[in-house]
Amino acid sequence: MTEITTEKARIGAPSAQPFIDGFTEEGESLSPINAAGAKAPLAGAAAKSHSHGGGVGVPDSSRAGRLTSYKLADFKPLTGMEEDWRFTPLKRLRGLHSEVLSGAAPTVVVTGPEEVTVESVGRDDRRIGTAGIPEDRVSANAWENFAGATVVTIPSEFEALTEVSIDLEGTSLDPAAQHLVIVAEKFSKAVVVLNHRGSAIVSENVEIIVEDGASLTVITLQEWNDDAVHASSQQAKIGRDAKLKHVMVSLGGDLVRVTPSARFTAPGGEAEMFGLYFADAGQHLEQRLFVDHAVANCKSNVLYKGALQGRNAHAVWVGDVLIRKEAEGTDTYEANRNLLLTDGARADSVPNLEIETGLIEGAGHASATGRMDDEHLFYLMARGIPEDVARRLVVRGFLNEIIQQIKVPSIEERLTEAVEHELALTDN
Amino acid sequence: MSTLEIKDLHVSIETEQGTKEILKGVSLTIRTGETHAIMGPNGSGKSTLASTIAGHPRYNVTSGTITLDGEDVLEMSVDERARAGVFLAMQYPVEVPGVSMTNFLRTAKTAIDGEAPKLRTWTKDVKAAMEQLRIDADFAQRNVNEGFSGGEKKRVEILQLELFKPKFAILDETDSGLDVDALKVVSEGVNRAHAEGKMGTLLITHYTRILRYIKPDFVHVFVDGQVVEEGGPELADRLEEEGYDRYAKGAGAAAAPAVAQA
Repeated sequence: MTEITTEKARIGAPSAQPFIDGFTEEGESLSPINAAGAKAPLAGAAAKSHSHGGGVGVPDSSRAGRLTSYKLADFKPLTGMEEDWRFTPLKRLRGLHSEVLSGAAPTVVVTGPEEVTVESVGRDDRRIGTAGIPEDRVSANAWENFAGATVVTIPSEFEALTEVSIDLEGTSLDPAAQHLVIVAEKFSKAVVVLNHRGSAIVSENVEIIVEDGASLTVITLQEWNDDAVHASSQQAKIGRDAKLKHVMVSLGGDLVRVTPSARFTAPGGEAEMFGLYFADAGQHLEQRLFVDHAVANCKSNVLYKGALQGRNAHAVWVGDVLIRKEAEGTDTYEANRNLLLTDGARADSVPNLEIETGLIEGAGHASATGRMDDEHLFYLMARGIPEDVARRLVVRGFLNEIIQQIKVPSIEERLTEAVEHELALTDN
Repeated sequence: MSTLEIKDLHVSIETEQGTKEILKGVSLTIRTGETHAIMGPNGSGKSTLASTIAGHPRYNVTSGTITLDGEDVLEMSVDERARAGVFLAMQYPVEVPGVSMTNFLRTAKTAIDGEAPKLRTWTKDVKAAMEQLRIDADFAQRNVNEGFSGGEKKRVEILQLELFKPKFAILDETDSGLDVDALKVVSEGVNRAHAEGKMGTLLITHYTRILRYIKPDFVHVFVDGQVVEEGGPELADRLEEEGYDRYAKGAGAAAAPAVAQA
């Protein structure tokens, strides 16, 4: 594969460039919020006067300036020109951005250790809205329309030995809204698996609360039928010394757009975000993630890998990592790798890294999209392995790197099978 | 008894500067049980010969033939050559992410033999071969060559040689980058495979050092894409003393001996 971009910002690296106005050697004044704010063309009142952006003085180009609101009306109707929708074929959203989402949401069945509580609650439950505020129109539309929510709670200090499964089975193609809340209380430890299956047109908000000292793995599997359209905003709030591992796997569906975010609320937090997607002909699989380093001394690591094949197979990956001024001691890395198996497939990959303080451990981002490495094929074939088998081995191996990260044998096995199934459906 | 025959082989590659001829008429015959050493300075085309026999797509054969027991090797795909009994121990084995050694070895063995190896004996064979080559047991769970040191990669190449039992083994500078201990371990592996009497070996090396452990029957000196001198093991000794300088451009074997370079 061809390396397209690899950049690393490291503290202590000598600056090759002469200083620019408003910059220090450590880059602390990189954000216009802090430096020559009023003078900067993108910042200040000039920008805010025509923006719905969040913070005062935050430029639209910064992830920090993204509009967030519980109200659908605050988001303008989509045109497809918006930064966060420019890769999405709006026509194929089947009304998730424009209709009242009154269809029947996928049924929810939760299984797991009996200590884990499962509640069906109304819109007024106090836990709703604690981990996230919608960041786009489709998410806000679900918020406006959801009837009730499922709240799954891992009690404090409880360590679940088996995973908690949340099975979501779609049975209707009327546009619907869904809401889930997952709470990992203090010092608990659990693996929660979201299984999305069946046929549905659904906008889903998942709130994930990882309380202090808790360790939570959330695995979200999108194995929809071919006609499904799914937008899923999965927002996590990570407490002190808490750890979130988020693994996203998108295989099925016509259009699947998953937007996970991890927000650190106290020091010592850690987020690992992994993704695996396999886009076939005509499929649109989009993933946009956000890691918000808002406090000091947190770590994040992101790796998304995708395989694409067939005409108009389309994958989108946008990784926004924001290291705010307060987030000294941050250590973060994000990478995306795409393997294009045939002509006619398209991968868009945008690794965004914003750094507002230079006092960090490290920050890096990388993206590479390419064809299968001929040297890999040669090595395997030189051992007698026929080309088709070798190609499958390489694809499987490429995606396996994500599966190997899960470290829960039963789920690794299941995902390996799911990938095998995907490989078997196609000629690779 | 098998024969690998290379006749008047011309090979070129495409470079930014255009087509470049690397091999300029190489002829060589290797039979089961024989060990041939190919020696020569850097850039003489030794590795090109190895990669061409294995079928690497970078190398274009412009004329000449390679046959294995009369079968046209050049007509075969890379995997067909391997299944026909050609094994290339690579100079720079690549890492294959996400593919475990165990899975890889079993898949390759199955492809070469045309049937899956019997699980019990296979596991035992792999384990024993790994022990003899002093490869840690946990390597079986690791991904192919991933994070292996240079020496570990070479040992794993020889592990495959021992497990796959090819008719012809081509060792492309397997000795380079090895310390003395690793060199001994690797050489023992090659000698074990050779001792079964069903293999011919083409040993490509820059140095004479490995020839202390693996005794060649024939030595061929490669310079500028051609064999400039051939002989028995004594030729290797002479190279050890004199180096390659006497083959310097246009000099040939008759030129005055150069200063020893050992």
